[in-house]
Amino acid sequence: MSKLLIDNVGPATSVQDAGRHGAQRYGLTPSGAMDRLSLAAANVLVGNDAFAAAVELGPLGATLTAHDGAVRLALTGAERSATIGDRAIALNESFLLADGETLTLGIARSQVFSYLAIAGGIDGEPMFGSLAVNARAGLGSPYPRPLQSGDAIPAASAVVAPERRLDLPTPPDGPIRVVLGPQDDEFGDAVATFLDSAWKVSATSDRMGYRLEGPEIRHLHGHNIVSDGTVDGSIQVPGNGQPIVLMPDRGTSGGYPKIATVITADLGRLAQLQPGRPFRFRSVSMEEAQAEYRAMAGLIRALPDRIADAQHMTLDLDALLTANVAGAATNALEI
Amino acid sequence: MALTPPRMLPSGDAAITVDFGREISTEANQRVLALDGLLERQPIAGVRETVPTYRSLLVHYDPEQIGFAALADRLTTLAQTQVETESTTKRHWRIPVCYGGEHGIDLDDAAATLQISPDDLVARHAAGAYRVAMIGFTPGWSYLSGLDPALAIPRRQAPRLLTPAGTISIGGVQTGVQCLPGPSGWHLLGRTPVRTYQLHRDPVFLLEPGDTISFSRIDAKEFAEQDRAAEHGEVVAELSAS
Repeated sequence: MSKLLIDNVGPATSVQDAGRHGAQRYGLTPSGAMDRLSLAAANVLVGNDAFAAAVELGPLGATLTAHDGAVRLALTGAERSATIGDRAIALNESFLLADGETLTLGIARSQVFSYLAIAGGIDGEPMFGSLAVNARAGLGSPYPRPLQSGDAIPAASAVVAPERRLDLPTPPDGPIRVVLGPQDDEFGDAVATFLDSAWKVSATSDRMGYRLEGPEIRHLHGHNIVSDGTVDGSIQVPGNGQPIVLMPDRGTSGGYPKIATVITADLGRLAQLQPGRPFRFRSVSMEEAQAEYRAMAGLIRALPDRIADAQHMTLDLDALLTANVAGAATNALEI
Repeated sequence: MALTPPRMLPSGDAAITVDFGREISTEANQRVLALDGLLERQPIAGVRETVPTYRSLLVHYDPEQIGFAALADRLTTLAQTQVETESTTKRHWRIPVCYGGEHGIDLDDAAATLQISPDDLVARHAAGAYRVAMIGFTPGWSYLSGLDPALAIPRRQAPRLLTPAGTISIGGVQTGVQCLPGPSGWHLLGRTPVRTYQLHRDPVFLLEPGDTISFSRIDAKEFAEQDRAAEHGEVVAELSAS
């Protein structure tokens, strides 16, 4: 079996899939990819099921080497440089990493997370139906923790297949949409402050929660409620009035009032916001939120139909540069 | 008899919080667990999983299969027709605890705050009849109802960043069994060798919401023996049907 050896890796890099569901009643958080659409895109590019396990890379770079055979890979999500020797690898295209070759990934230039899918998937032992890493619960496969230098990811051998390219729709650049509740009545006028203000994701954010910086959101009756259940995207407001958006490694219950919940279709977009970049929230109706949910699910199901053969798309740097689109090309391909 | 309808609160586009009240109350928790049991016996298409808490039932669902309004209607009907006196008790567990000393570093201070002796605090805590009201936050962390109100103590000013696995503690009017090491602002009274969550053991999760619990006092030597047995996958808690 071929392997992907991790030569070097930044923190916050782990194996993730659609997460581990059905045991939240025992306190077991789902985990799973921060940006599900990018995970699905990477998997579909290499012919996997949309929610197969892949490597979720944090904002820093990594180097990985194929061992005991070639592996077919695809990279989606954050823009970052990707090279095999002198060869630049494009986002949203599948490519072959030959036995002994090293893939070098730079730091994220836009967004935060990238997904590296491996054709045939990652060979591991699922627990509660998932390989997703949940370090606190000691779960995840092949390692129950974030990836480190020296780790080896067992991969199915690369199948002979044409290289493929995926055209993803440009994500909307508007506000992050929320449904108010379940405890918006704990906030009174502060709900308007929450919706009318610019927010920034704090640098102390992680897979458990995104801490937000902005105006103080005051509670009407104090900040303690009797603990109740949380979901991905729950926006809880602790005593200091600075909201925290709960992410896939959240606690399954919490004791702070939750002013609103990020809609499922916008969770990946929020997860990809770099710290310090201002953004806003917008409240939408349940009807709109659920229509967007269905649209996102439909888009993911239809990803295989958007695949194109990339044989004729191979980038020729010299050709691009002489064609006088150098401004754009050098930016996008900068190593 | 028709019961007061719970509030149907949206938790985003794929979950409903069925809210039975704002306070910790036995009645609210029994209604939560009764509705949870009813949903298990009469599943609604599109419901993915449920998470019972002290006072609410979180119902995760698939918006491609059922919409908010339709599900809220079904849940409202179920919650109002459920039998109020329905027993939600499933099993009774006797959980060994080594109180005080290195296993319960806050026992003496907690007793001083309550103006009783440490022995008295242990005796009253161990004499309690408890029910697993909810399991949450981290795997196996079991929140119990039934603490003697005279033993309620405000949480610590500064939470400890790391408390040991198996800690038995009091926070406000609550007491609980912690499974994994982790942060906690509660007062540490003792430790149990019982693992409420243990991978590669059958069952992985020992306690269910609705189970009842009593504590039995063990000494440090018994703790060490049972802890070794538990490490090798033994359950070390006594089970009886109630």
